[in-house]
Amino acid sequence: MSQILFLIIAGIAIYFFTKNLGKIRRNILLGKDIDLSDNKPLRWKTMLRVAFGQSKMAVRPVPFILHLIVYVGFVLINIEVVEILIDGIFGTHRVLSFLGPVYDLAIGFFEILAFGVLVACVVFLTRRYVVKIARFQSPELKGFANQDAATILFIEIILMAALLKMNAADQILQARGEEHYLKAGAFPISSWLIVPIFNGLNLSNATLIFAERAAWWFHILGIFAFMNYLPFSKHFHIIMAFPNTWYSNLKAKGEFNNMASVTQEVKLMLDPSAAVPEGYQPPTSFGVKDVTDLTWKNLMDAYTCTECGRCSSVCPQNQTGKLLSPRKIMMDTRDRLEEVGKNIDTNKGTFVDDNKNLHSYISEEELWACNTCNACVEACPININPMEIIVEMRRFKVMEQSSAPSSINNMFANMENNQAPWQFSPMDRANWTKEA
Amino acid sequence: MSDFRVRTMAEVAAAGEEAEILFWVGCAGSFDERAQKITKAVAKILHQAKINFAILGTEEACTGDPAKRAGNEFLFQMMAMQNITTLNMYGIKKIVTACPHCFNTLKNEYPELGGTYEVLHHTTLINQLLSDNKISIAGGSFAGKRITYHDSCYLGRANNIYEAPREVIQKLDAALVEMKRSKANGLCCGAGGAQMFKDAEKGSKEVNLERADDMLESNANIVAAACPFCMTMLRDGVKHHNKEAEVEVKDIAELVAGALDL
Repeated sequence: MSQILFLIIAGIAIYFFTKNLGKIRRNILLGKDIDLSDNKPLRWKTMLRVAFGQSKMAVRPVPFILHLIVYVGFVLINIEVVEILIDGIFGTHRVLSFLGPVYDLAIGFFEILAFGVLVACVVFLTRRYVVKIARFQSPELKGFANQDAATILFIEIILMAALLKMNAADQILQARGEEHYLKAGAFPISSWLIVPIFNGLNLSNATLIFAERAAWWFHILGIFAFMNYLPFSKHFHIIMAFPNTWYSNLKAKGEFNNMASVTQEVKLMLDPSAAVPEGYQPPTSFGVKDVTDLTWKNLMDAYTCTECGRCSSVCPQNQTGKLLSPRKIMMDTRDRLEEVGKNIDTNKGTFVDDNKNLHSYISEEELWACNTCNACVEACPININPMEIIVEMRRFKVMEQSSAPSSINNMFANMENNQAPWQFSPMDRANWTKEA
Repeated sequence: MSDFRVRTMAEVAAAGEEAEILFWVGCAGSFDERAQKITKAVAKILHQAKINFAILGTEEACTGDPAKRAGNEFLFQMMAMQNITTLNMYGIKKIVTACPHCFNTLKNEYPELGGTYEVLHHTTLINQLLSDNKISIAGGSFAGKRITYHDSCYLGRANNIYEAPREVIQKLDAALVEMKRSKANGLCCGAGGAQMFKDAEKGSKEVNLERADDMLESNANIVAAACPFCMTMLRDGVKHHNKEAEVEVKDIAELVAGALDL
């Protein structure tokens, strides 16, 4: 009976998770194409180093260690989840215990990790809501983003507590020789943390079996719920960090792309007799107006962002009180993309103009503040690039709307007329050579 | 220049000669009074190292960097194509520039548009010249001085050049001290991304004053820069705090030229 129930729940959980993953994939592919498949060995290396090896996290030691515990805990405790799945499907109990001492060692290690994760999550909550670390107090975190962070941490704490509680009940039942509860596992944490409580309560075997089963179900249902929450959460980074670092920009960070559409136009402008490639279509628009003008990598970046705010905490403009926040750029991009995706869903596969675009979310004041200093790009632990979105949006402002600050327009005019951003005569360019 | 004449590529070509290296001066280096001193220091060092170099003179135009960062790709590519035509006409193979923005654009963004050259920033070249003993510093003039180096974004994060400028400073016999934010974590001076040409947005502080705090906190006697735009911003920051007497802002090239008595 419980096996059938388990299979049904697992089926539903996996169905919805896959469906939502498909939707995100569809949304990401709304972006413009860009070829990021070159130099595969370096891409694998980058992914292993940055995502798997967490190399960029190490810059800040305290969150690095806390995050490492949660990360390693998450990855390794999932091995135990495999056992839980098998037990759930076949009605077995601790099916992998035939591994003997290896199994005991693993379960013991998972308990220590689970406790570590629990403690780390409590510290994370404290940092965010009690100590109030600056980068978690920004205006863009008001509302859902703030709630999202708390939700994730609470779920993790509850899941780990359930695991320890399950083990505590299990080991008492094992000791009492209860049928079905074969002797297996080592419990270095729950044996002193929870077992004394249970013993103190003098619980009957039936109650303990109920407690153990309840914790088991709670843990696995919690995991299914967590899995289905991921696609809606900033916590989606636990999956996206891997593909996103694989598709990292491998060029020098200072290199901005040359717009091919402009190159052809400029060639024609400089030499009207220049050969036009066959089938050449003059470009219809320049720069980024809406999320669909961004590349799929920009959109993948948006789904990868976990809103840690390291970008904004090193942004020279954000740190001097300006409106610009690279984290907000990523959050806005995701919000707008979700909105476009929902629009497509409600309108049976086609986007119906909603009189909005990415510029409805990101203001000129933010766009024009950027120093293009790459501090945000450097700081991102999973190689997200907020700066590229800013520059692409500036391109739209300048080339489509001729809407730049007047001083910037003056600079453009000087460059056109004097070949320098200032109003000097080009004939005076070498005057410095004549001065003693 | 007083003791030698800087030739243009046109003059070199007219004499039927070839120059080994093009010194790309850049707009700030050509027109900005303070940056001209850096330009002259670079020219003197090149001359001292007996490098056969020339400039483009009036044939040089802005690389297009500020237009590109500000989103005007048309203007950028117009400038780039124009420059590439000039550079290719003279058969330029190697370029040195005293501006990290010119450096980044020439090195990374010109090749795709048809302009491929070996491009060096002056700090890299000077470091090489010192290592190869093409120029040698007697030492002593900076002994006991504390020098901090302000990383230019377009050298550092943009192109991973962190060590060459520092190695030069160490060769000056000075104590190299780091600001709390340096190298990959260095704070921008506030000029990049075309900010040099506009007012800052509403906020609590100017970026260059934030950086000036780092500079003063380091207790350095000299702040070494490697970019004419950083130079302007950092000097303004020091001036704002009335610390001009205590803290000098100098380009790496000026420090080396000074040590060489040029």
